[in-house]
Amino acid sequence: MCAQPAPTDALPDGRQSGRIVLDARDITRALTRIAHEILERNKGAQDLVLLGIPSRGVPLAQRVAERIAAVEGCDVPVGSLDVTMYRDDLRLKPARGLLPTQIPTGGVDGKTVVLVDDVLFSGRTIRAALDALNDLGRPRAVRLAVLVDRGHRELPIRADFVGKNLPTSLVERVSVTLAGIDAEDAVTIHGTAADATSEGADA
Amino acid sequence: MKRHLLSAADLTRDDAELVLRTAEEMRALADRPIKKLPALRGRTVVNLFFEDSTRTRISFEAAAKRLSADVINFAAKGSSLSKGESLKDTALTLEAMGADAVVVRHGASGAPHRLAHSGWVRSSVVNAGDGTHEHPTQALLDAFTMWRHLGSLDGRRVAIVGDVLHSRVARSNALLLRTLGAEVTLVAPPTLLPVGIDSWPVETSYDLDAVIPKSDVVMMLRVQAERMQGGFFPTAREYSRRYGLDGRRMATLQDHTIVMHPGPMVRGMEITADVADSARSVIVEQVTNGVAVRMAVLYLLLGGNEPAGSADSTEGVAE
Repeated sequence: MCAQPAPTDALPDGRQSGRIVLDARDITRALTRIAHEILERNKGAQDLVLLGIPSRGVPLAQRVAERIAAVEGCDVPVGSLDVTMYRDDLRLKPARGLLPTQIPTGGVDGKTVVLVDDVLFSGRTIRAALDALNDLGRPRAVRLAVLVDRGHRELPIRADFVGKNLPTSLVERVSVTLAGIDAEDAVTIHGTAADATSEGADA
Repeated sequence: MKRHLLSAADLTRDDAELVLRTAEEMRALADRPIKKLPALRGRTVVNLFFEDSTRTRISFEAAAKRLSADVINFAAKGSSLSKGESLKDTALTLEAMGADAVVVRHGASGAPHRLAHSGWVRSSVVNAGDGTHEHPTQALLDAFTMWRHLGSLDGRRVAIVGDVLHSRVARSNALLLRTLGAEVTLVAPPTLLPVGIDSWPVETSYDLDAVIPKSDVVMMLRVQAERMQGGFFPTAREYSRRYGLDGRRMATLQDHTIVMHPGPMVRGMEITADVADSARSVIVEQVTNGVAVRMAVLYLLLGGNEPAGSADSTEGVAE
């Protein structure tokens, strides 16, 4: 998916062409705003737990936590929540390796958990995340923060904190790259019809 | 991965590392309030045990149940197997019950292979020990235990000591550890090394004292008296003096070296009680890791519509 650029828009150095909708500075601003909105909504940083959904939700959660720490002066626990075994399409594909699940010490019981993901699309990943969370404890509340909401929901799920609403058509692909995992920070839309077939129903 | 796990040799390095990484995630489950995952909901795992086994059967049962699979235990004693039913008829019965995986232990080497390739069943077959041949999940849990203590196994020296001749654990370990880059030395009296040992990817030695100071892992094997019909060594006392691990020998080990045993142990024979209960001993941990590794194997074989591919199967989650 994101790691497999369509042949037509791959640049020689391995990066993808396509239309960049958020550059590194836009992403920084969006995450700063999300951090402030989370604090405003929660009336401070007490009892907050940020859980990133691997792979790209995890660095996003860490970045949001850094901004919260800068504003409030206290550390917010950050973890990761792998949803692979809770996905509704588990049986439709070959078995997949698991990604790390790390629950901060202190757990999620009675906490306000903010799930963090890169792209909100069908909503199926978030449904799986809610099921996974259910096996880990009972949070006081669960909120959802995403960098990009591209629409086309297939389940009654919405985000509480959105970096950018990005109206897309179903044939387009949205890819998020983050420095640390990828070469640079960017959100890119790839629009050729040929890409549509390789698109998964994730996120 | 292949559809069946019959031999440690079925696993490529990528497969084996995928199992170890997956097992690491499965192991974290033991610390959670709800020790259950939904991955195999609605799948049926049959434990087909023609030979007595406590820990392996319980371990597979716990693994399958923690993944939400339905488990059917089928032991030879007290079943139609003791009335003379053939392996084929048993297999057809299992097929008719709709088993998705058959975990089989059999006294005859090659029985799981026969079950997998005869066309009697469509399910995945996991070898849980066949005769003196192989026991691949034991090798995986041993490798997993070493990996957790020592990190990468590349270039690590592993001494496997004792009754190699009758040990399916030794063969599976030798094959898997070689795949993972470790150097294996088998230490045993000449009478307890199998014919054709030259073709194994291992060193051999008759001298335990020369081998263990250089080893990162010392794995002791049980002397399988129930499979012996002759004199393989003069007396038990002589065997334990030359090939047993006692406190004096343990003192010659490097500081980081761990002591393993696949169980069941015979204290006083191949290992003394003070060694088995020492801080170096990871024998109890091996049992814990066994559940995690078997969960990983069952998940990777049955979790999707076909067994996991290698390496790249962790990609493609985000977007």
